[in-house]
Amino acid sequence: MIPVAHFMFISASLFCIGLYAVLTRRNTIQILIGIEFMINAAVLNFVAFGKYDKISGGGQMFALFAIVLAAAGVAVALAIILNVYRYFKSIDPTKTDTLKN
Amino acid sequence: MGQEQILFYFFGASVLISALCVVLMRNLVRSIFLFFVTLFCLAALYLFALADFIALSQVVIYAGGVLVLMLFAFMLSSRELLNSIKPAVSGFKVNHLAGILTSILFLFILFRVIIKTNFNQLMWIQKSIPITSNENTAHQIGIHIMTAYLLPFEILSIFLLMVLIGAAHLARKGGKE
Repeated sequence: MIPVAHFMFISASLFCIGLYAVLTRRNTIQILIGIEFMINAAVLNFVAFGKYDKISGGGQMFALFAIVLAAAGVAVALAIILNVYRYFKSIDPTKTDTLKN
Repeated sequence: MGQEQILFYFFGASVLISALCVVLMRNLVRSIFLFFVTLFCLAALYLFALADFIALSQVVIYAGGVLVLMLFAFMLSSRELLNSIKPAVSGFKVNHLAGILTSILFLFILFRVIIKTNFNQLMWIQKSIPITSNENTAHQIGIHIMTAYLLPFEILSIFLLMVLIGAAHLARKGGKE
């Protein structure tokens, strides 16, 4: 039986790795991967606490919903990235600084 | 230390190490392939929390869907996109320092909160009935989806339809300008 705190240590570290990727990477795809890390850290927490919630099953259900929403988000984000590349010829977020041209 | 603990810490360590490699890797395609390792090890960690159905859907949706989508978006769409991602000029920028400081401080705060909290003393954990390892969670999740979580489930299906149409519309080639 693994204590909940150890799950939370791993998910906190994973969240901070994702935060680092979002803050410093110069490549939109890697920023997207960082966001996925943060979402996965949240899902790990949901699941770890969901072990103690057998009757209503809230943790596992919301983990499932979060995974599906994250997948939908990635699909739209990749489509937007392709469009941004077509306009700016670059996917560096510091160079794509206009909303309308 | 039993077998379960050893496996748990092994998978936990491989999640963190591969995630760090993904973030620090300069070669983008290689970092996407390493992302596979992270996701599979995370699915193994979900198994330790007795969530077998979630682990399975993690493998199917993330490793089967999201990653293949990422690779396809790269390798099929345009060769220039793949070529444009040159390794960035190395060098320690101010923004790196700020990012590292922010994430390490945040990690410190989170660890401090987790260490200070005694989870076994929480009221709802003490009162709860934990899931035991010989239960069929897929069966219970099916019942929950069709009863208590029916409305979120239906909203999710509409949302997925919207995403399907929206992503296809955004990603179409050319179109009217």
